Amino acid sequence: MTTEDLKIKSINYRKNILKYIVGANAGHTGGSLSCTDILNVLYNHVLNVSPQNFSSPDRDRYVQSKGHCVEALFVVLADKGFFPEEDLNTLCKYKSHYIGHPTKKVKGVEQNTGALGHGLPICVGTAIAAKLDEKDFRVFTLMGDGELPEGSNWEAALSASHYKLDNLCAIVDKNSLQITAPTADVMNTDPLDKKWEAFGWAVKEVNGNDIDELKAAFAALPFEKGKPSVIIAHTTKGKGVSFMENELKWHHGVPNKEQYQQAINELDKSLTEVTA
Amino acid sequence: MAEQIIIPAGGDKPNQDVFSETLQRLAATDKNIIAVTSDSRGSGKLVPFGKSFPKQIVEVGIAEQNLVGVAAGLASCDKKVFAVSPACFLTARALEQIKNDICYSDNSATVVGISAGVSYGALGSTHHSLHDFAVLRAINNIIIVAPADNFETVKATELAAESKHPVYLRFGKRVMPSLKEDNSDGFEFGKGRVITEGSDVAIIANGETVYPAVKAAEKLKANGIAATVVSMHTIKPLDTELLMKLAATCKAIVTVEEHSVYGGLGEACASYLLQHGYAKPFKIMGIPDEYTITGPQLDIFKHYGISEEGIADEVTKLLR
Repeated sequence: MTTEDLKIKSINYRKNILKYIVGANAGHTGGSLSCTDILNVLYNHVLNVSPQNFSSPDRDRYVQSKGHCVEALFVVLADKGFFPEEDLNTLCKYKSHYIGHPTKKVKGVEQNTGALGHGLPICVGTAIAAKLDEKDFRVFTLMGDGELPEGSNWEAALSASHYKLDNLCAIVDKNSLQITAPTADVMNTDPLDKKWEAFGWAVKEVNGNDIDELKAAFAALPFEKGKPSVIIAHTTKGKGVSFMENELKWHHGVPNKEQYQQAINELDKSLTEVTA
Repeated sequence: MAEQIIIPAGGDKPNQDVFSETLQRLAATDKNIIAVTSDSRGSGKLVPFGKSFPKQIVEVGIAEQNLVGVAAGLASCDKKVFAVSPACFLTARALEQIKNDICYSDNSATVVGISAGVSYGALGSTHHSLHDFAVLRAINNIIIVAPADNFETVKATELAAESKHPVYLRFGKRVMPSLKEDNSDGFEFGKGRVITEGSDVAIIANGETVYPAVKAAEKLKANGIAATVVSMHTIKPLDTELLMKLAATCKAIVTVEEHSVYGGLGEACASYLLQHGYAKPFKIMGIPDEYTITGPQLDIFKHYGISEEGIADEVTKLLR
């Protein structure tokens, strides 16, 4: 898929994220918008995962550790044909499977997540299984920078390098904001690259809202033979909507009617610019 | 299913040793059997397993949360995973991983709590697991099993390996005598085993407390009291059919467990019975709500009445 095609997809994903969050009157807006491009490139350019091969043991695995940004995952899975997009009209409604965190009841979801610090350990186990079975599939997890103080991440990081899991890639959506305040003020994890390096990982830093940079980073996997790879993706929380960008209140803020319309107008304008 | 092995009467090993031997036997013909350990292969008696099957053991170091997360990931790739770690750490520190990564995601790993209860006697309350039944009972989608003897251990391990859903197995360190001469009645999760029969009282126990319950029944018999002793190895799902049968036929029920009196086998039985019309004498024996006295496991048992004499006395009082 061309970069331009992917850019168009990103904008449409963002529009859908907002649409379904407004419909549900709930959701994690800012973080879903920050990781949209990452999920877009993963599902449309990197992962060997589709509705057709989802029960195959050879499929790539993607586990969303930052489960609260499920809206981004759901709109991408719908676009990939895992389920009809209109299902998302039931998001967070009574008895809907489309809830506020990933659940395997939704086709395309690998693991139930939501409690933070769980994705990477599970992916370590999955990557070890691939090595044991001499299978070529790769394992990816998306983590928030705010979840990194969870100690289980670093237990897993140690074991991933110990077992030389170069079939494993962690992506940190480093949007630098979390529910309380800027991440650096809540619990500083910088310098992040040095920490991952110290744990035996090969590190690349990219602009996580730049399609070409993401494509190039994923194309370079594994960054070093015999080492797990981490992409520190510098992103903007609320990306694509001017009044949401880098604004704490949009962590799980839901736009009202006027705000929603303004956001859609801005995204439509971006769409015009991309296709011009 | 691996071929059945018959453990002769007079089983003479700690259950956790028999667990590791069984796992080794299963692993010999099934490369999908994987043990995951947290620097616990020694206490889990898995050193020979590791030597025989180096590709079937995954060591994560002292990191119980990662132990369970890794086990879940392996299980999601159809491995028959046994995550082995001291029960005290495994079921407290990694509770959220058990709840979410294993149970909620339905990754069919077996979580194996070794050196459970007060097995680590003199090491103190940090090393005692008197909470594991309680916390796991409140989590959906896990079979909770505390085998009482070597036979039950072999069977539980075999069944766990083939289970399509999560299992918790709880083992101790003490040599466990065989409870029955004849094990032809078999073993299945969720079905209690009747060890002795009598209509005066039912003593329902599990794990390493079944043996003192059997000894207590012998003592009571000498005093003219006939006791049914049940190894209620599976706490969840509970054998409610057997429970109701005992409620109908016996004059009193006593439960015994190597666990807090809160939230374990006793309360599971009491809750069911109370909600289904039981109104006869009932007593929960276990560890009271305190940080236990310390010393060898059997001394702790005796101190809290989990002994031949203690159980017999409690039954006698209850029947007065």
